[in-house]
Amino acid sequence: MVTATVPVGRAHTARPAAPARGRAVARLRAGAGLAPFFGYTAVFLLLPTLIVVDGAFRGADGALTLDGLRDAATARTAQVFWTSTWLSAVTAAIGTVVGGVLAYALSTAPVTSVPRKVLTGFSSVLAQFGGVMLAFAFIATLGTNGMVTRLVYEQLGLQVPPDLLSSMTGLVVVYAYFQVPLMIIVFLPALDRLRPQWREATAVMGGTTAQFWRRVAGPILLPQVLGAFLLLFANAFSAFATAAALISQQTVLVPMAIESAIRNENNTGMDSYAQVLALGMVVVVALVMGAHALLLRRAARWTKDAR
Amino acid sequence: MTAPTLTGGTSHAGRARRRQAVLRRTVLSVGTVAMLVPVVALLEYSVRFPLTGAVDLSAWRKIVAGRTTEYQSLAPLWSGLTSSLVMCALTVAIMLGLLLPTMVWVRLRAPRAARTLELVCLLPLSIPAVVLVVGLAPVYRFIAGTPLGSSTVWLSFAYVILVLPFAFRALDAGLRAIDLVTLAEAARTLGGGWSRILLRVVVPNLRPAIVSSSFVTVAVVLGEFTVARLLARENLQTALFQVNLSDSQVAAAMAFVLLTGTTALLVTLELLATRTARTARPRSAEPSRPGVGREPRGARR
Repeated sequence: MVTATVPVGRAHTARPAAPARGRAVARLRAGAGLAPFFGYTAVFLLLPTLIVVDGAFRGADGALTLDGLRDAATARTAQVFWTSTWLSAVTAAIGTVVGGVLAYALSTAPVTSVPRKVLTGFSSVLAQFGGVMLAFAFIATLGTNGMVTRLVYEQLGLQVPPDLLSSMTGLVVVYAYFQVPLMIIVFLPALDRLRPQWREATAVMGGTTAQFWRRVAGPILLPQVLGAFLLLFANAFSAFATAAALISQQTVLVPMAIESAIRNENNTGMDSYAQVLALGMVVVVALVMGAHALLLRRAARWTKDAR
Repeated sequence: MTAPTLTGGTSHAGRARRRQAVLRRTVLSVGTVAMLVPVVALLEYSVRFPLTGAVDLSAWRKIVAGRTTEYQSLAPLWSGLTSSLVMCALTVAIMLGLLLPTMVWVRLRAPRAARTLELVCLLPLSIPAVVLVVGLAPVYRFIAGTPLGSSTVWLSFAYVILVLPFAFRALDAGLRAIDLVTLAEAARTLGGGWSRILLRVVVPNLRPAIVSSSFVTVAVVLGEFTVARLLARENLQTALFQVNLSDSQVAAAMAFVLLTGTTALLVTLELLATRTARTARPRSAEPSRPGVGREPRGARR
């Protein structure tokens, strides 16, 4: 097992002993095979990104300017960014803790067990689906006529505030509902890669379970936990559908501000405002995901030979 | 659990293990119930007449009736569902056709491009859909001017980008689990060409990865709202959003069907994948390592 860390099979593949020109042709041909994919992503991924970034720095006349950025620097903009940020941070924290515990409980069950399959399957659906249907589900649960609302009133005599779901507290609850499953999906593979041998090795050397978690599993998992937190943060920060379906009267989050800017047809200046907001989102999410990638690279040290 | 020698251990170890099992079951039960409550509420909401609390199946009757002229207000739901299903197929086709050959090609012929490929595939994680839409609006304005027109189904082009990170991860895990270089060399030694390697060697070996990448694609496409809404197209989710305003019970019933249906589909696929993997070869010594139990298994072909 341990000897397998040497990358077998890579070294002798891409090195044909060909003369210089043959090698150039081979490289050209290798590049040609990549053309469809990179062409496609250029049009549907890189071009839109460039349009956003470029548009944020251009005025209505097409000249390069910082006016758009200056006009956008208002208290309103700061407010939506702040709300989005704390909502994402709080729900990511909840998701990391609760989802982490659930993922650990799942990881102790055998891979083939049915509860594990069902829960992971359900989690990946919830984490992906989210959106509008999640909002419906919570209206049915905690809305004025919701199941839990009625239950709590009948059993405990407590009244769930009727505007709970269109408040920020409600949004935290609903967001947690897709953050927890996402944490389960993201974190479960990391827990599965904790080798039983490591635990056995700790036991052989007289280590207790607490020591194993503190000295072995903890340090190995820490980057993954932090990485998962960042992923959850970015996930909540980019989410739009749920909030759009629950809160229709005001724009409290950045994506909602972008929507209202795009859909505003009276003021053409709003287009560039949307691009500025979008740029702001890209910057935040890119920073978060960059940190996430760094953490994962650190974590990969322990998972490489397990692959 | 893994080492049979431990089963004869002290009663202390046995007690600890039992305690762990109880704890595990408690945590999992609480988690499952908490996750199920909103889904159950959704079902209850769809059959409960809000004013009297009486059970009322009219929402389900409307759905079972399908697309009829009787319920005009539900017309968007059916057209949205149709577009979304078409887009599922289209997105899966483009995603597999584009991504799989490229990933195989990079592994076999252009290993230098591996980092770039991964970077591009994971890039959409850093670009929220809302942001992408702002930049995609001009692109789609251009597409509307071409013979393709402004049909909803062309949103599939954008959806391929949205699923790229998930699909890449699924396929990457599958490719890591097989020794592609050796397999390809063996196929070439036997006279197999590029397309034969792809279709006869890679695809059968990667079936679980292909299934899971397709599934995640379907889940994303069926749940997509942001892009369709901001580009003013009608897909399943925007239709649900709209129907919810006039007939929230039908919207709830439909959401329930979608949630449970997709979960059931996923679980079935997962169970099938494990079963075929298990019958094809003796159980892996380390079942916890992802992908390892999914070795080449051409017996079913």
